[in-house]
Amino acid sequence: MREIIVNELTQAFQQMARDIAHYLPRLVVMLIIVLIGWVIAYLLKLLVRSLLRLTKFAKLSENAGAAQLLHQAALPSSTELASRFIFWIAWIGFVLLGVSVLGIAGLQEYISRFFFFLPRLFAACVIFFFGLVAASFFSRAVLLTAVNANFRSSRMFSVAIRLIIVIFALSMAFEVLGIAEQTMLVAFATVFGAAMLGLAIAFGLGGQDLARKFLEKKFTRQNREEREDELSPL
Amino acid sequence: MIRELELSEESLLTDEFLRQLINIGEVDIVVGLSTHNNARTIRPVVAAIQAGILKCFPRERVAIINADGGSQDDTIEQVQNASIDDLRRDSKVYALRTLHSISVQYGRIPDSGKALHTIFAGADLLRAKACVLISPETTTIEPDWLQRLARPAYYDNFDLVCPIYQRHRYEGALVRDLLYPMTRSMYGSRIREPYGSEFAISGRLAADYLSNGIMDQDWGRMGPEISITILALTGKYRVCQSFLGAKPPSSRGGHDMVAAMRRTVGALFASLDANFPCWSAVTESQPVPTLGTVTAHPQEALRINRKRLLDLFADGVTQLDPVLSSILSPSVLSDIRGIAALGIDEFDYPAELWTRTVFEFAASYHKSTINRDHIIQALIPLYRGRSLTFVIENRDGSEQDIERREESLCADFERLKPFLLEIWAERK
Repeated sequence: MREIIVNELTQAFQQMARDIAHYLPRLVVMLIIVLIGWVIAYLLKLLVRSLLRLTKFAKLSENAGAAQLLHQAALPSSTELASRFIFWIAWIGFVLLGVSVLGIAGLQEYISRFFFFLPRLFAACVIFFFGLVAASFFSRAVLLTAVNANFRSSRMFSVAIRLIIVIFALSMAFEVLGIAEQTMLVAFATVFGAAMLGLAIAFGLGGQDLARKFLEKKFTRQNREEREDELSPL
Repeated sequence: MIRELELSEESLLTDEFLRQLINIGEVDIVVGLSTHNNARTIRPVVAAIQAGILKCFPRERVAIINADGGSQDDTIEQVQNASIDDLRRDSKVYALRTLHSISVQYGRIPDSGKALHTIFAGADLLRAKACVLISPETTTIEPDWLQRLARPAYYDNFDLVCPIYQRHRYEGALVRDLLYPMTRSMYGSRIREPYGSEFAISGRLAADYLSNGIMDQDWGRMGPEISITILALTGKYRVCQSFLGAKPPSSRGGHDMVAAMRRTVGALFASLDANFPCWSAVTESQPVPTLGTVTAHPQEALRINRKRLLDLFADGVTQLDPVLSSILSPSVLSDIRGIAALGIDEFDYPAELWTRTVFEFAASYHKSTINRDHIIQALIPLYRGRSLTFVIENRDGSEQDIERREESLCADFERLKPFLLEIWAERK
């Protein structure tokens, strides 16, 4: 009986020693990968930060209105945020790579899913960022055109254009990520359709008289006034 | 003989145009007409040009080159069919040379850059010593204008002859409030009309304009007319100005303000980028030789709705606040907001604040703080505010008062130039 217990214990310890001997190098490899990954991720962060500063990314994001959004949310600057994002993505990638070396069953699938998801996450971020840039550009263009044409409610038109483009970019980003794809699509279609229908009804039915007066003023009297009152610039 | 067509622009010229040029051979003076649907006004303009040639240059070889941007009316036919024989019979003056007149369609869409390029290339290939540009809309043109423009370039070796017009005091507000003072302050020459619809240039300057790729640069593309003036000033060419006479009253409000801003102020701002070493070294302006006697325009009453100008300005400042805040410094923007809150009786957009505004716009344009075209468009409401001050200040003033205020504005532009250099150099 005593011998059996001693044998079992010996076997268990031997097995544990074998397992440790088996896993220890892997653990060391994992730690090395994680450590090297941290260094590479940090260098990447520095590189991305320098590149973004060189390419005046902060200016671009300021123009896009992203900088204001970040400021309101008490987040760091866009350059800092983008470089931190790259750091964490790269480091998490290395950590997962290290974990995969351990060969733990079941984790492999999640790790490969993460790496499969990365390009889509990047694409979604790029789409959303350029959506913000486009929204800022077109809303400002509409605002300037409307103001210089002496159009009332210029700011409202500008905000509406910005909102539509941001929602559109957001729905595209979600579609790329594959998150709430249908919901976003339906939400976008509903909001956009409702806005257009609302405007059409309001302008076409509810405000027939207003529309007629507006068009008359726009194309007859006001034009005549402008011709009479504007100074010749050249 | 036509020299070999080694010029870079040869590919832009059609075979038919080249054939017509070869048939002409060489000329002394080219008169260029850039047209687009000008059938209504072109006939008297061509008649005045022909009369001018008969009267002032009977011994010289002259060719009229009409560069058309896809007219749908009979502009081209009217130019081609304009006969000089009628004029000869009437005036009893006979030219000793054949007057050539050729038309070419450079494209289907009007483009003043391409039109000028075509005319200058034609003048260069014909080895013209002088090239005179006349606007097809200048119905007040007189035969003498040709002499006043061409003579300094043809006989007196001037490279650019800019016009001076007799204008109503409210005409040419943008030229008066921005283009003249800014060009004078930046490039150091007191040219009253840096953007003229009529001017003459020497063959040398035309060849330089064609060869140094200005048309490929932003400022050359945006404002071909003003870029010629800037090229002449930066290239140290001999420049003079010649008094022509009354400029035809333009259809007020017919101007597309945005387009006018782009091709004048936009081109001027863009030229500052390319010519920084040149303009940054200029510390004061010099008068340029002025030919002819400038006479005052008879001042008939002209109704200007000041209330509407104020509304356009105040509404523009309010609506464009987020745009203006990314262009102007907080102090200048704050002053402008203050002015926008004033009523018509106490309204005043002072010259110094206007100068600072323009300089900050120029610096923002250089730094591209926002889209450059948006910067130009954002200046329009502020220009309207400054125009209103001009109207208020000069409503009852004499010509001398207007001239004195103009000089004062120009002095502000020159005095504050170090301010522009300072904000220009600030970190982007």
